[in-house]
Amino acid sequence: MTSSSAYSSPTPFQDVAPAITLDRVSKVYPSGTIALQDVDLSVKQGEFLSLVGPSGCGKSTVLGLIAGLSKPTQGDLQWTQPDYRKELAFVFQDSSLLPWSNVEDNVRLPLKLSGQSKKQTQQSVAEAIALVGLTGFEGAFPRQLSGGMKMRVSIARAIVTQPKVLLMDEPFGALDEITRNRLNEDVMNLWRQKRWTVVFVTHNIYEAVYLSSRVAVMGVNPGRIMTDLVIDAPYPRSEAFRQSPEFGQYRRHLAQALAEGME
Amino acid sequence: MRDKSLVEKLLSPDVLAPFAVGIVFVLAWDVLVRVTGLPPYLLPGPLLVIQTLIENWSELFASLMVTFQITIVAFLTAAVSGLAIAVLFTINKWIERSFFPYAVVLQTTPLVAIAPLIIIWLKENTFGALVLCAWIAAFFPILSNTTLGLNSVDRNLTNLFTLYNASPWQRLIYLRLPSALPYFLGGLRISGGLALIGAVVAEFVAGTGGSKSGIAYQILIASYNLQIPRMFAALLLVTGLGIAIFAVLSLISDALLKEWHESAMNPNQ
Repeated sequence: MTSSSAYSSPTPFQDVAPAITLDRVSKVYPSGTIALQDVDLSVKQGEFLSLVGPSGCGKSTVLGLIAGLSKPTQGDLQWTQPDYRKELAFVFQDSSLLPWSNVEDNVRLPLKLSGQSKKQTQQSVAEAIALVGLTGFEGAFPRQLSGGMKMRVSIARAIVTQPKVLLMDEPFGALDEITRNRLNEDVMNLWRQKRWTVVFVTHNIYEAVYLSSRVAVMGVNPGRIMTDLVIDAPYPRSEAFRQSPEFGQYRRHLAQALAEGME
Repeated sequence: MRDKSLVEKLLSPDVLAPFAVGIVFVLAWDVLVRVTGLPPYLLPGPLLVIQTLIENWSELFASLMVTFQITIVAFLTAAVSGLAIAVLFTINKWIERSFFPYAVVLQTTPLVAIAPLIIIWLKENTFGALVLCAWIAAFFPILSNTTLGLNSVDRNLTNLFTLYNASPWQRLIYLRLPSALPYFLGGLRISGGLALIGAVVAEFVAGTGGSKSGIAYQILIASYNLQIPRMFAALLLVTGLGIAIFAVLSLISDALLKEWHESAMNPNQ
């Protein structure tokens, strides 16, 4: 935190209780690869936290641990409010849709798996589809959709359960810049509207600074947190923020930390 | 995604190219027979074969239907049992470990060698014996393809189902079976032809005569009697049946996969 002090000033999230705390968490894969070593990280309730780092730094591993898809080898991962754990949703790197189901059925999937009938879910599914702007495409199959639209379906599927915590693993990495920017806007607006806690993994510094209330930079060999930087700019953010000198400063600072983490 | 008219489909290169090859082949065959003056008991010309086929149609077609019955029963049994056992394999890894090698044994045992034994064992029920032989030929590709399919589920989707606490049943029905569908259908396409070959081989070995003899028996008898045009006519029927089975299975496969799987997509879309 020392190096970030030049930019940080109190933001709403610094006074908020953490939702998730990682305490000296290490993850070693059976092959012997140390994916994470002694990672301390707390995710505050309602914040938009980005994890930035080169490939292999374990940023996706952090998400997997938070989601409960794998267990830490050492250390502790705690949920301050246990009920939050049940209300999390995950957006995967590629959209990961069921290719044999249409948009509506893909979005309905989490509700179906929890045993709700088609009738019960009608309204939530329609709402989620409307929120991501895909009304009218309910019957389309994934292969008929563009990369950006598939990602929207994936986001709709994540938010249909009304989650409190949203984990996103490089969701827009494969998209072109225009689509990426548009989806960034949408996710930011939804986050402000729904008051989710978001953990967003990306390797794109621009995206991280633009979206986040806080950015953690990770380094490789072994995976660890290099620096942790509060992005102290008011929401809603706009193109003007992207052009501002502060944006450039944040970006340069993170780029430097990123370069250090590669060594 | 406009549907093409039937005429357009029939004039597409996919149809015209193999059709042209067939015409050239038949013409070359005809010319060869005429020029060399080969006697019909060595190689009958295509016209003679067609003529024989028409003359013996009712008898040969009745035999073909007997073989078709054996094939279809064996094929359906193989499809159901192959799918069911593949599902058992994925439910419990130990079942797969223990039994898969024996499925391979079944596949690698030469059918011609064990068919006589099966026919002797089941001598009260020749139809059952023939079906069992054809089943042995058809079963393995379905089992091994479907097992492969059930195990090739996208890892992110598996994680997604874990995240939403899906039960093993939900995982099977909503994730694994649909993922395995293209593999299962691929297995069916291979096994359709194999079931027919299995039935023909078994009939050769069984040599059942009488009114309920299959097409293989007709081929066998025709060759014994040096009725080579008749043998060719029967062969033509078997080949036609094999192609028809493959075509029907391909149509079913395309219809089931057309919305989502690469294999069934029109490249022009």
